[in-house]
Amino acid sequence: MEILLPFLTGILFSVSLYFILHRHLFKLILGIILFGLATNLFLFVVGGMTRGGIAIIAQGNDLPSEPYADPVPQALLLTAIVIGFGIQAFAIVLIKRVYQTFKSNNLDDLNNNEKI
Amino acid sequence: MLIALTTCFLIAFSAPWLYKWLGKHVVIPMALLPFGVMAYLSTLLPDVLHHVPVVQTHTWVPSLGINLDFRLDGLSLLFALLITFFGGLIMIYAAAYLKDNPLLGRFYLFLTLFMAAMLGLVTADNFFSLFLFWEITSISSYLLIGFDNKNKTARTSAWQALLVTGMGGLALMGAFILISIGTGSYTFSELLRQESDFSQHAFFAPALLLILLGCFTKSAQFPFHFWLPNAMAAPTPVSAYLHSATMVKAGIYLLARLSPVFSGSEVWQLTLAGVGAATALLGAFLALQHTDMKAILAYTTISALGQMVAMLGIGTPAALKAMVVYLLAHALYKGTLFLVAGTIDHSTGSRNLNKLHGLAKSMPAVAIAATLATLSMAGIVPFLGFIGKELLYEAALESSFLVPLLFAATFLSGVAYVAVAIALGYKVFWKNTKKQMPITHAPTPKLYGPPLILGIIGVILGLAPNLLITPVLERAAQSISGSLHTELELHIWHGFTKVLALSILTLLLGLLLYLIHDRILRHSSKLKGIYALGPDSLYRRLFQGFLHQAKLFTSAIQDGNLRRYVIYIILFFSGLMLYVLWFKTPHVLFSSRLHLLQLISFHEVVLFVLVAAALLYLLGTRSRLTSIVVMGLVGYSAALIYILFGAPDVAATQLLIETLTVVIFVLLLHKLPAFIYLSHQFKKYNYIAIALLFGAVMTYTMLLVQDHAVASELKDYYGKASLAEAHGRNIVNVILVDFRGLDTLGEITVLAVAALGIFALMRLHPEKGEKP
Repeated sequence: MEILLPFLTGILFSVSLYFILHRHLFKLILGIILFGLATNLFLFVVGGMTRGGIAIIAQGNDLPSEPYADPVPQALLLTAIVIGFGIQAFAIVLIKRVYQTFKSNNLDDLNNNEKI
Repeated sequence: MLIALTTCFLIAFSAPWLYKWLGKHVVIPMALLPFGVMAYLSTLLPDVLHHVPVVQTHTWVPSLGINLDFRLDGLSLLFALLITFFGGLIMIYAAAYLKDNPLLGRFYLFLTLFMAAMLGLVTADNFFSLFLFWEITSISSYLLIGFDNKNKTARTSAWQALLVTGMGGLALMGAFILISIGTGSYTFSELLRQESDFSQHAFFAPALLLILLGCFTKSAQFPFHFWLPNAMAAPTPVSAYLHSATMVKAGIYLLARLSPVFSGSEVWQLTLAGVGAATALLGAFLALQHTDMKAILAYTTISALGQMVAMLGIGTPAALKAMVVYLLAHALYKGTLFLVAGTIDHSTGSRNLNKLHGLAKSMPAVAIAATLATLSMAGIVPFLGFIGKELLYEAALESSFLVPLLFAATFLSGVAYVAVAIALGYKVFWKNTKKQMPITHAPTPKLYGPPLILGIIGVILGLAPNLLITPVLERAAQSISGSLHTELELHIWHGFTKVLALSILTLLLGLLLYLIHDRILRHSSKLKGIYALGPDSLYRRLFQGFLHQAKLFTSAIQDGNLRRYVIYIILFFSGLMLYVLWFKTPHVLFSSRLHLLQLISFHEVVLFVLVAAALLYLLGTRSRLTSIVVMGLVGYSAALIYILFGAPDVAATQLLIETLTVVIFVLLLHKLPAFIYLSHQFKKYNYIAIALLFGAVMTYTMLLVQDHAVASELKDYYGKASLAEAHGRNIVNVILVDFRGLDTLGEITVLAVAALGIFALMRLHPEKGEKP
């Protein structure tokens, strides 16, 4: 999986960017969500992957037993996922409002701001 | 010194309040300030005359060599006295000139600020404090030129002056840095003590050129002279003070100050003499083609500055003497004439030479002041201007190089000054006195007093030069030459010498020139074609072109199209990454990791295929509901990957969040737009190419990082500290809530803000007429 994951993440990046570049609002949301997911996986891969060993100190020990996964990227990821969710939720609601207001699903139609 | 300067700055900034409080009597404290400083400076006079420079040091940033060092020698004192004396008179004059202007307080603020900066400039010993004051004078000059801020010409002129002198200031900064690196000294006094080393240093030539650039822009030397006539958009007191008597002489001051260091170099001598002479001729030539009194005065000022620069270039004791005497003479008569022009403008509403005539009867005091000043300008016998001119001629004739050019410059500009002086002194006031020129109101004492005082001083100093001012001028010349043997004795009468003959010839030719002045004015319009190629229009074209190009550039890359922004960012990022990864780092070795393929277990392959298939399906589907479900699938797969590699907390979070996202999506689904393809086929291929490129770059980056994994110190640290310091066994949780607890608080805040935003978006209904 160590060798597969970079390719999987690369595919995720490509697909999400392709969605973002679309004019359609719904695809924009999908793109943003997938892009966040890809970024998280990227961090995970770059932070170094350790098979199995979780970063938890077993009862009775003072130190975690090697090999264990690096806890720092995990902490970063946790934060990133939660903040990413905040952005996603906001984006979804925002796009819903835009669609309601403008009655358009085309990003290029949003260049006039008379209705705002 | 520091106390005096601080007082000046404090009073400068309290001027608007003083104006509110005292009304029109604000002039009393504002005028008392310069005269008070002048009195203080006078107490230092004996020290300076006994060759004991007054030195004061206040540390500021000692580690960078930036200190508030002050040093008052002959040259500084001459300038400081000029600045304070003129300052006082201008303050009084301005009170009358801008009597009805509600912004008088602000005007005093700028003017006093300028005066304080100028005082600091001429007394500073440290390079960088001089630079600081130099920049403040540029900025206050900008504010003063643009004082009439509703006038577009004033604003653009102010801009121009700031840009030109600001560019010079930048050059000066560079020069100071080079000098301080090259010599290790940060003050002028230190520099002058060790002058011999620097001329061999590699930084000598660049420092010299940068100094010249800085001083030429400030002192309006060709080809940077164009900002000065435009700066006449300022109120007349400002023109008299900044743009004739003081600020434009800051460049001269610095050239004089550094003269002992650089004057041995031929580049210095030839550049100063050449540029100075060219500026003198050009200024005189242009002065004859204008009818606006202030424009004429501006061009003759440029010409006079050119002569002073040329004298510094000659550098002989005679030339330095001529420079300091002429400096004083010019300041006195030019200041007077500017004030006279301002008074006339104030009283008649016109500054046009062709419209003004016979004003002597209606404003006799002004007429006397103008006559005294113009006689000094023309170089008639008992005036200081006469002495100055004789010295100039002598110095030019005795120069060791470029004699014809230097002499032509001094002589021809002398002739032009005579013509201008007759036009300003005789034509405006004494010609056609029978036909009265209507004036709106007679000038008040505050309007004619200051020019009259300046004019009279010109006569007194001319009649008894050795009595008052010679010692200071002598010390100033000595500071410039760097030797104590430069002695100065001024005489009004030299006997019948070659120079006297030349003076008389100048007068006669000047009279002749005045008589054909009308004809020159008629023909001057033919030269417009040439001026269109001059530096002023070049500056304007450059400025406009720059703005135009900037607009084009901005609209090309920031056209408001969101996707194009994204594409630019992605392409730039990918290009940068590829460049760095390909040329600066080792390449990925696939052969070394073939064994990793064996480690792939069946369920992992299934996961990979699942996600890849889900993504393919997403690309093809048009159903919103299925795409949401498939999205959820991809998210859950990511969670599985996290579990496989020892990150159960991350996996749990991912599962939770994914579920929530799907729920939100489904709840809002019926309000979201349906799928349609909007993009053109061709564009789609472009997008696909960009997306693939980006994905490939990211994959390559990850593979490279995996090849060169580094051991993390943080991992060991948190592994050891988790239980020992934070008493927690789950290291990830400990990091989140303990070691980096504040970060988590920030994260919660972000979520709260997002929730607030969502709430606001849900509750607002602008289509129903609610205001956002």
